[in-house]
Amino acid sequence: MSQGLAMPKEEATLFIKVKEICAKHQGKSSALIQIMLEIQEEFNWLPREILLWLSEKLNMPLNRVYDIATFYKVFSLIPRGRNLVKVCTGTACHVRKAPVMLRRVTQLLGINPGETSSDLRFTLETVGCLGCCALGPVVVINDEYYSNPTTSELEKLFKECQ
Amino acid sequence: MKKVSLTIDGKEINVEEQTTLLQAARAAGIQIPTLCHDDRLAPHGSCRLCSVEITSGKKARIVASCVYPAANGLVVETKSPRVVKIRKVILELLQASSPKGRVEELGRIYGTSTDKFEKELTFCILCGLCVRYCSEVKKADALGFIGRGIEKQVVFFPEIALKSCPACEGQCFSLCPTGILPNKFARSVPSFGRSQPTVFPVRLWDEENFLNLTRNIE
Ligand code: SF4
Ligand code: FES
Ligand code: FES
Repeated sequence: MSQGLAMPKEEATLFIKVKEICAKHQGKSSALIQIMLEIQEEFNWLPREILLWLSEKLNMPLNRVYDIATFYKVFSLIPRGRNLVKVCTGTACHVRKAPVMLRRVTQLLGINPGETSSDLRFTLETVGCLGCCALGPVVVINDEYYSNPTTSELEKLFKECQ
Repeated sequence: MKKVSLTIDGKEINVEEQTTLLQAARAAGIQIPTLCHDDRLAPHGSCRLCSVEITSGKKARIVASCVYPAANGLVVETKSPRVVKIRKVILELLQASSPKGRVEELGRIYGTSTDKFEKELTFCILCGLCVRYCSEVKKADALGFIGRGIEKQVVFFPEIALKSCPACEGQCFSLCPTGILPNKFARSVPSFGRSQPTVFPVRLWDEENFLNLTRNIE
């Protein structure tokens, strides 16, 4: 499978990083989740070529790797934007009008939940409870929490995101 | 191997320890319907159609016979009214997403009403027979599950499928209890939740064949 591994040029250096991460865990298949987490840290997502490479390197069937990579929400198999926007749709936020908030954010960003804008600037996700229900409805922009932001507040915050 | 003795449908049966209730019943000539079981594969316990009622002491409960090990003194009922009712509901639920093939056959036997639950055709019932057959028997791993919950689905991995599937000629097709594999989802990009364009679109070793199959069902 490795011969079919055509990594784009600019990613070739990043691939060295992948090998480093793998070596750090002594190429143990039991460390798959940790390895994938660290790779995602690096790339912001899990490119298919890397999953193929990992499957071979860790001596683990590809379907097993994908089973795990698609099970956990932290992993993304598609490129993610530079800015991650999360809207909480947990129960408490829901009754505090999270659906309205989600529509507002969707309209402002022009993408649906789970999508990434074509300029890779934003990724929008919905999440379950964030553990701060009293602030609901909660919007998280790059790990900063905002309680019930208005449209103009959101506009301003998004503008600041590069 | 230690022997254990149990009662299935009133019959006294002696089997080796570690035998499942399903194997024990079959050895005694008692039939239990299954959807996700195949003798060549490790038990999966995902369809629950093989449910039976067991009593040990005073308590009666429902277990999946294909994964439950036989034990001394167990009293098993494979056709009690409770069991039949459960199987019927399971089949009715399955028929809402997968109205053809073996699911339909069994539905007829159990006299299900096909319109009890709102239809939401996904075809695949996630029995895992195709995936497990490909992994355990063919050792090819050309198929796999992705996602979880309502997004879970079966996909082909094109890199591997292109290499292994032509030689095997898609033996997994005949195993599928829905009468159609690959299911509709295995091809289109799912319309809900996170889409997986890195896995899709899946190119099949025989796309023509696949299109014919899906045309027949729609
Ligand atoms: S495609 Fe068919 S055999 Fe495969 S998991 Fe789905 S229902 Fe089972
Ligand atoms: S439901 Fe949104 S933070 Fe708890
Ligand atoms: S046959 Fe036992 S759960 Fe499917």
